[in-house]
Amino acid sequence: MEILARTAAATRRYGPVIALDNVSLDVPAGQLLGLLGPNGAGKTTLLQLLAGLRSPTSGTVELFGGDPRDAFRRRRLGCTPQETGLPPTLRVHEVVDFVAGHFADPVPTAELLEQFGLTGLERRQSGGLSGGQKRRLVVAVAFVGRPDLVLLDEPTTGLDVDARHSLWDAVRRYHEDGGTVVLTSHYLEEVEALAERVVVIDQGRVRADGTLADVRSMVPARRVRLRAPDLPELAGVERSSRDGDRHELWTADSDALVRELVTSGIPFRDLEVATASLEEAFLTLTSPSNHATAPIVEETAR
Amino acid sequence: MSAPTIARLTRLHTRYQFTETIRIPVAVISTTLFPALSLLFFVVPQQFAQDPGTATASAAQLAVFAVMSVCLFTYGVGVAEDRALPWDGYTRTLPVGPAPRLIGRVVNGLAFVVLGLLPLVLIAWWFTAATLPLSRLALTVAALLVAGLPLFAIGISIGYSLSTKAALAVAQLLLLPLAFGGGLFIPPDTFPDWLNTTSMWLPTRAARDLVVTATTGVDLPGTTLLVLGGWTLLAGSLAVWAYRRDEGRRFR
Repeated sequence: MEILARTAAATRRYGPVIALDNVSLDVPAGQLLGLLGPNGAGKTTLLQLLAGLRSPTSGTVELFGGDPRDAFRRRRLGCTPQETGLPPTLRVHEVVDFVAGHFADPVPTAELLEQFGLTGLERRQSGGLSGGQKRRLVVAVAFVGRPDLVLLDEPTTGLDVDARHSLWDAVRRYHEDGGTVVLTSHYLEEVEALAERVVVIDQGRVRADGTLADVRSMVPARRVRLRAPDLPELAGVERSSRDGDRHELWTADSDALVRELVTSGIPFRDLEVATASLEEAFLTLTSPSNHATAPIVEETAR
Repeated sequence: MSAPTIARLTRLHTRYQFTETIRIPVAVISTTLFPALSLLFFVVPQQFAQDPGTATASAAQLAVFAVMSVCLFTYGVGVAEDRALPWDGYTRTLPVGPAPRLIGRVVNGLAFVVLGLLPLVLIAWWFTAATLPLSRLALTVAALLVAGLPLFAIGISIGYSLSTKAALAVAQLLLLPLAFGGGLFIPPDTFPDWLNTTSMWLPTRAARDLVVTATTGVDLPGTTLLVLGGWTLLAGSLAVWAYRRDEGRRFR
């Protein structure tokens, strides 16, 4: 299968800070890859290397078989600008026309705006758009050149549910037509909804790389909260923390844990079961130094 | 279908840069009107405004000043501002090399120089004894272009090597010493010897002498072309180095 983008032992430093540490990653044609990681993990730096915005301090980066810093390698690439960076004086159709002008066979502006729910805003200056409209515009321009590979950096941050779902549909349609996508996200839900392959990055390193199921099985999926005096040893608890009589337990199987709690006869109350947020789930995949900074009281590994 | 040609990309970038700049007219007006206003207030009321030689030289000096302020502000500060915007980073992910963007900048800079020179020339023509025979017009335009080369390179170096705030400070810091020291406001023949000697090494002085020679036909000092070439080479190398090193903002 054709590899559209690749990093080999890529390391990127900013002065003393190592943003990416020895990352090797292949992006084969047709894949929808989700890049997960906390803020500052190195996701954006990785996308910047792939887009030719930065060069690696060491190691190599390839895009369509060559250096992404050569302009012609980027003819089949689509990227999103940051929505805060749209030139405020340019009109919506001017922004799209400008980007479209760089490609051989762009999607007609009206058709693209319709796909992304921006019809009727052609003449609006981009500085006058709402946050959600700006976001849809920046994602839309990534697709205007009919690219083979699209890099989406936090595509739905700040969007309401409807807008997020219609954007997901657009990404799915593109992928079903054979398009390749690398997307970063804070939302586990988003990656679950879209990605076939998940790469977890933290502190510049790849911590996990596999199918959605592979990666999910590496992190405790549920967080169980309750109040109780003391808890016995419970099966299936991967991590726990305690603050007075409040307990937080992380587990892959919350149903089994709750059953065990009930049968144990412990006098617990205020039981809450939630899908662990990404930040919490990643604690198990991240390094000890990261644990030290996490606000967890009396943490014990079991 | 084939990929867009460099010519098409150049037209695209030139048009968009112009559109973006012209929609914020204040910046355009201040840069383009200042030289004309200087001529109106500081030259027109003086006795020497009625002496063809001196008046022509004064207008020529201010023309060089117009070129310099566009170079320092449009190129120096403008480029630094653009680099700080995420949009600039985004345009670097598009399949376009540096040439169309740079040519777009040069063309836009030239357009604003012309906008700045128009009122200057009109005021010099109507209110002073300055003359420019048609036979010298092409020579003067060429002289302005050559004189602008080192200033353009200095502007680009500033733009690609400094942050917006630093670029603005450096541009303002350079503007007046280069203008006064180069004899753009006060004619150099009134300089004391030491200042005149120092002045000969400045790019603005060489630029001024070249343009004054082109307009009035006075003798060109022997060092002028050497100084212009030297500064162009020096600032040009710095500009190329700064452009290559540039990755937009320093941090994420």
